[in-house]
Amino acid sequence: MTEDKNYLEMDLLRFTTAGSVDDGKSTLVGRLFYDTKSIFEDQLEAIERSSKQHGDENVNLALLTDGLRAEREQGITIDVAYRYFATPKRKFIIADTPGHIQYTRNMVTGASTANLALILVDARKGVIEQTKRHAFIADLLGIKHVAVCINKMDLVDYEQPPYEQILKDFGDFASRLDNVTELTFVPISALKGDNVVERSENMPWYKGPSLLYHLETVYVGSDANHVDARFPVQWVIRPHSDEHHDFRGFAGRVAGGVFKPGDEVTVLPSGFSTRIKKILMADKELEKAYNPLSVTVTLEDEIDVSRGDMLVKPNNQPKVDQNLDAMLCWFSSSKKLVAGSKYLLRHTTKDVQAIVTEVLYKVDVNTLHKVEDDYEFGMNDIGRVTLRVSQPLFFDTYRRNRNTGSFILVDSFTNETLAAGMMR
Amino acid sequence: MHTYNVTHLNQLESESIFVLRETAAQFERPCLMFSGGKDSIVMAHLAAKAFAPAKTPFNFLHVDTGHNFPETIEFRDRFVEKLGAQLVVGLVQDSIERGTVQEETGPDASRNGLQSVTLLESIEREGFDACLGGGRRDEEKARAKERFFSHRDAFGQWDPKNQRPELWNLFNGRMAPSENFRVFPLSNWTEMDIWQYARLEEIELPSLYFAHEREVVERNGSLLAVSEFVVPREGENPAKETVRFRTIGDATCTGAVRSNASSLDEVIQEVAASRITERGSRADDRRSEAAMEDRKKQGYF
Repeated sequence: MTEDKNYLEMDLLRFTTAGSVDDGKSTLVGRLFYDTKSIFEDQLEAIERSSKQHGDENVNLALLTDGLRAEREQGITIDVAYRYFATPKRKFIIADTPGHIQYTRNMVTGASTANLALILVDARKGVIEQTKRHAFIADLLGIKHVAVCINKMDLVDYEQPPYEQILKDFGDFASRLDNVTELTFVPISALKGDNVVERSENMPWYKGPSLLYHLETVYVGSDANHVDARFPVQWVIRPHSDEHHDFRGFAGRVAGGVFKPGDEVTVLPSGFSTRIKKILMADKELEKAYNPLSVTVTLEDEIDVSRGDMLVKPNNQPKVDQNLDAMLCWFSSSKKLVAGSKYLLRHTTKDVQAIVTEVLYKVDVNTLHKVEDDYEFGMNDIGRVTLRVSQPLFFDTYRRNRNTGSFILVDSFTNETLAAGMMR
Repeated sequence: MHTYNVTHLNQLESESIFVLRETAAQFERPCLMFSGGKDSIVMAHLAAKAFAPAKTPFNFLHVDTGHNFPETIEFRDRFVEKLGAQLVVGLVQDSIERGTVQEETGPDASRNGLQSVTLLESIEREGFDACLGGGRRDEEKARAKERFFSHRDAFGQWDPKNQRPELWNLFNGRMAPSENFRVFPLSNWTEMDIWQYARLEEIELPSLYFAHEREVVERNGSLLAVSEFVVPREGENPAKETVRFRTIGDATCTGAVRSNASSLDEVIQEVAASRITERGSRADDRRSEAAMEDRKKQGYF
């Protein structure tokens, strides 16, 4: 393969960043963009113009990420901003989220699709409440790779002891994180560029890679579930044309495991079994399909299958239940959770009615302690609840499979998305 | 490479196809906004793949300012016919004649902003409840916060401070009657991804995207094609140059770039080396810092 065609081999890493302006998060993102040539001249000119207008002496790289008028006026990030850059090895999608406690819901949103969480720690301040909150949310949302960037090393004279202290403090606390399988620490200076793209000569005691090298090479290929075959049917394709008169294809995105032509599959909820005839991507026949591929499956026998049904393997079936135990994060600013009221619940491609039967506990996201005597559940609250749904759902625990273990609650009056849930 | 690795283009393709299928499943009468530009062509290509061998279940909607490059319209008609799709055209001229919009006057007058009204009128006339758009988050900073499923109120307005959270693959397209959704399946694509995917899938694009000789005039930092809509003014020196377009929109505000890139491979190399974003040549975004945000709030694409 010639050099200019290497994009045909590139893969994708989605990562989330959380932090406030003080952590140097925007500077770091700006640095990654700048050093990978992802900021363009007209963008730089635009933020230079804008910095001057706002009275900033230096070019404020935060203006690159803070896009909305209200954000620029108030100098804060309100919402998740998605940013893109690429190196010859990988394309990166950054979900850039505000770090303050009142934006917990945005951090949860950004983390829901990320493979890696980038957590910034100020070398002078060490591990603080906000660090723990970010790590907790990353872990709760099933992120397996956490990169802790110990920033502003230039302000502690590039010395090792502050770095070692943060390693120790973070390590003590990280033993309580269940999902994180890989924890990496990189001492950096986002402002000066040390260890961001190139390894720094200012910290000879640090033997690890630069942050970008780590982001380019961290292996996320085995993060997706390739064990439990799950195919939620999204849409039934019936062409009604002369050429494809009898064609019935089941379209969807593989949520877990691997499917191959010839595999025996069971349809839920009907329980009928048949074999896969073909796996199609438009006019191409595939030898196998796995997450996150969108495909169309045809079956050997004509059985009734519709949106909301799920194809699984007979010897590996998901849980089927009307009673759910889940961690819930509340998003709505206008409504609080009311035990006993009815919500709409969307899980994979299925919609059901749901009642929250009990609030078991809330989590104080700063101390990570369980709070068992306060059942008022409002915006940014995270806790464990039980629910009952109007029809059985086919699900796995969130820890085992993000796609079949997640759901949202929707208000049936305002249609607002109220909460996000993760099956336990 | 690991057996289960997926390239970035495959991931983007699968994500977009998922969103297109969700749109078909969650709405009664969705349409696909088709301008004949590269993003809408890639979106239409993905829509064709998503529902094959059945036909794409979307009507195509083109909001036409009347200030077109002839190549675009010719390409549009050929493309739509090939897919067997139904094309609905909303004419800005009709809105002007009805008096629902007023044409801008002055030397830099553009019909670009008027499209929002024609779009909303077309949506209402045709009863569309969701409009698929080719917008990408990397294009512009207000777009960076846009959702895949973007809710619009009964006036077609976008409220950036009150957007629905979007987690995992779970999209909430529920709405009250008279409300509306815009859906952006290409949200996570960059300009480079579009070119690379077009190359990989051998998608045909209008000739405007490739180097050709054309009479252009430099105005306010943009290189505009001389036509019946862009007439050289006193003091301007129109000249024949070898150019191509990185975006195709209203002919009065879409700038060309000097280029010799005549194939997708050459375009990919050029974009990789380019130091100016594709919207850098769009005069409509230069009007103010929040130009796009303001237009989107009023119902722009």
